[in-house]
Amino acid sequence: MPVGILASGAAASGYEVNLFFTFWGLNAISKRGMQAQPQVDKNYEQMGSMMMKRMMEMKFPMWTQLVSEAKEVGEVKVYACSTTMEFFGLKKEDLAEFVDDVVGVATFLDRAEGGTTLFI
Amino acid sequence: MSTEAKISKTLDVKGMYCPGPVMETAKAIKQINVGEVLEVLATDPAAKPDIEAWARRTGHQILDIQQQGGVTRILVKRAK
Repeated sequence: MPVGILASGAAASGYEVNLFFTFWGLNAISKRGMQAQPQVDKNYEQMGSMMMKRMMEMKFPMWTQLVSEAKEVGEVKVYACSTTMEFFGLKKEDLAEFVDDVVGVATFLDRAEGGTTLFI
Repeated sequence: MSTEAKISKTLDVKGMYCPGPVMETAKAIKQINVGEVLEVLATDPAAKPDIEAWARRTGHQILDIQQQGGVTRILVKRAK
């Protein structure tokens, strides 16, 4: 969710946004991962259902919806890590539609150079 | 209070939370012409600082901000 909020807010404000999904993050942009029930960190487990309920009451969009909207309003590129894809046995077609490219870390760092990098 | 500008479009984002108001403002500003004024009505307490920051980044001009009864009314002039 923070990924969606930051990416869409930044895109709307005219920042160039590059999102790189790796390791467990990659699961979040696989079609299989997106269909599964969202996972809540063990430390916050008892808050999971309450948070889902509040988000629905607030009519807050899904983070994937925010990323898609971010791509409509600004310059947003979504990259998947090639190494992690091999680890998990994923192919490009197993990933969400909004993924632009499968790249390595050097490509991501090159595109993101000079900007602010957040590890979420 | 500043002299009332002629409003070309009103964007009602009451009930939306960050980043909703900024996103919708960014979309709506493209629907008016350069020099025209967009009126934004929001209830998110982050809307005022957020749209101010957005305007600084994007170069659009904020003409007026009023807060009344939990609603923030922002007038933005499209600069480019």
